[in-house]
Amino acid sequence: MVQFSALDRELLSGGRGPAAAFAMRLITRFAEAVDARRFIDIEAAHVDGCLYLGRASLDFVERLVALGGKVRAPTTLNVGSVDLIHPELFRGRKEIGENSARLMQAHIELGRAPTFTCAPYQTKYRPRFGAQIAWGESNAIVFANSVIGARTNRYGDFIDLCCAMTGRAPEYGLHMTENRFAEAIVEVASIPSDWEPERVAVAVGHTIGRACQSLVPAIVGLPGETSEDDLKALGAAAASSGAVPLFHAVGLTPEAPDLETACGGFEPKLRLRLSAEDLREAARSLSSVADGAPLPAVSLGTPHFSLSEFERLMPLIDGPRSLVDIFINCSRATFTKLRALGWEERLRAARVTLVVDTCAYVTTIINVDAGAVMTNSGKCAYYAPGNIGVEIAYGSIAECIASARAGKVVRL
Amino acid sequence: MVVDAVTLVSGAAEGAPLRLDEPLSFWGGFDPATGLVIDRWHPQKGACLQGRVMMMPAARGSSSGSAALAEAIRLGKAPAAILLLARDAIVIVGAMVAAELYGRACPVALVREPDWERLAAAGRLAVRAGAQRAEIQIDDR
Repeated sequence: MVQFSALDRELLSGGRGPAAAFAMRLITRFAEAVDARRFIDIEAAHVDGCLYLGRASLDFVERLVALGGKVRAPTTLNVGSVDLIHPELFRGRKEIGENSARLMQAHIELGRAPTFTCAPYQTKYRPRFGAQIAWGESNAIVFANSVIGARTNRYGDFIDLCCAMTGRAPEYGLHMTENRFAEAIVEVASIPSDWEPERVAVAVGHTIGRACQSLVPAIVGLPGETSEDDLKALGAAAASSGAVPLFHAVGLTPEAPDLETACGGFEPKLRLRLSAEDLREAARSLSSVADGAPLPAVSLGTPHFSLSEFERLMPLIDGPRSLVDIFINCSRATFTKLRALGWEERLRAARVTLVVDTCAYVTTIINVDAGAVMTNSGKCAYYAPGNIGVEIAYGSIAECIASARAGKVVRL
Repeated sequence: MVVDAVTLVSGAAEGAPLRLDEPLSFWGGFDPATGLVIDRWHPQKGACLQGRVMMMPAARGSSSGSAALAEAIRLGKAPAAILLLARDAIVIVGAMVAAELYGRACPVALVREPDWERLAAAGRLAVRAGAQRAEIQIDDR
C-alpha cells in the first residue's frame, strides 16, 4: 500500500488544481504497479514527451493545459520532432510538422524550460550529486545516474510529466541506495592500440547493453583519459542496445571510486571480459555498409554535441570542403554559445548544418536516396535504420569528417 | 466457469484470447494504426491484437510503449483487454491514460499463474474488472 503525505492528499483532492490532481491520480496507480511505499520530493524533471508519436501524446498535454496546469518541479524538455529555430529543415508531412510544433508549444505553456535537448546535463539545469530527480530519455537517465550520481528511474511516457506536475515521484528502484550497486562486472581486458577513448566508449557501451540488458554494470579498465563526452556516448549506446539505467566506471564515476564500493558487497550476477577483438567486432557490427561505401551525409551529435565536442571538431573542419552535408545536432543553449564564439559561420563554410531542438535520427531532415549516413554515435547507429530508413556507418569524429571530404566511408 | 483476478485498470470487455509467446514492446514492436505486431524478431509477427484478450506475462523494452498503447486504444486498434502475470507499469499507464482521455476502457487484470493455461485455451473470455477485484468468465465453446 502507498502511504500518502499531507501534500499528496492535497494534490489528489484537487487542492493544488485539477491538473495536479489528474497527474497525482496517475502516478498513484503507477506507484501501486511498481510496489512503491511512498512518494518523495523531486528537485527536477526532464520530460520526454515532445516527440510526436500520435494524437494521444498531444491530447494528454492539451488536457493538462486546458486544466490550467503548471509544473511544480523545475522541468526541462527533451527534443521535439521539429527544429523551431530552423523549421525549414523539416521535410515530413505538413500535418505532422504542425502537430509536432504544437506539442512542443503546449509543453512550454505548462511552465517548462524550452531546452529541447536530450542532453539537459549540458545545460544550467544539470542536477547535483545525490539529487532525487524524475527524468525521461534513456541517455539522459543513464548519464544522470552514472556520471553525475543523481537518482532517477527510467521514467517513460506520461509518468515523467506527472512527476513534473506534482513535484513527486514514487520511491522505488534507483531512488534508493541499496538498488544502485553493480549487478554485473565488465572487465575491459585489452583495447586496440590505435583507438582513441571515444571509440572504446561506444564499443563498450554497445556490448554491455546487449549483455547486461537492464542490469547495473561496473566497468573496469576504461582508459584514464576517458572524458565526460565519452561517458555520454557509452551510456547512450548501452541504453540503446539494452536498457542500462546506471553504470559504474571504476575510477571515473562518482559512486565507483573502486570496484568494492561499486558492488556494495553483493555478488555479481554476470561477469564479462572484453578483449580488443571483441571491441573491434562491436564497432564493426554498428555499420551496415562496407568501408568505401558511398556517403550522402554525415550526422554527429546523438546525444546532442557538447561545446567541448565542437572544440575538438573545429580544427578538423579547417581544410578542404566536405563533398557531402554534415548535420550536427545540438541544443539551442550550445547553439547560442557557438554564435557568440563566431563559429556558426566557420561551420557553415565547412558545409555543416546545425540542427537544433531535435535530432536528425528521429525526424525527417536528412534526404537520402542511396548510400549510407555516417555517425560517431552508437545510439544513432542502432536506431537510425529503423527510424528513418537509412543504411549506417559508424566511425570516430575524425573518420566522419575525413569520410565527408571523400564522399565515401574512409577509415583512419 | 469464472477465474478471479486483480484489477490493474478497470473496465469490461470480451474477446478471444491471444497468448503472446514472447513479451512485446508496444513502441517499435506494434503498430497502433493497424493493431499488428511488427517486431521482426517476435514469433507472432503479423498477428493482429485488435479486439483480442491479449495475454502476456509482462511487456518488454522501451518506456515509450505507453503512448503507443494509448494511441491504439484511441484508434480502436488495441486489444479488448490485457491479462498479465506481473504488474507492468508501461501497460497500466497506457490503458489508464486512454481511459482518462477518451473514456475507452481496455481493462487490464493480473491473473494467477495456475490459471494461465486454462485462460489461454478458452474459446472466449469475458473480463469484468471492478475497482479492486476482477472476474474472468471462461467460455469454452
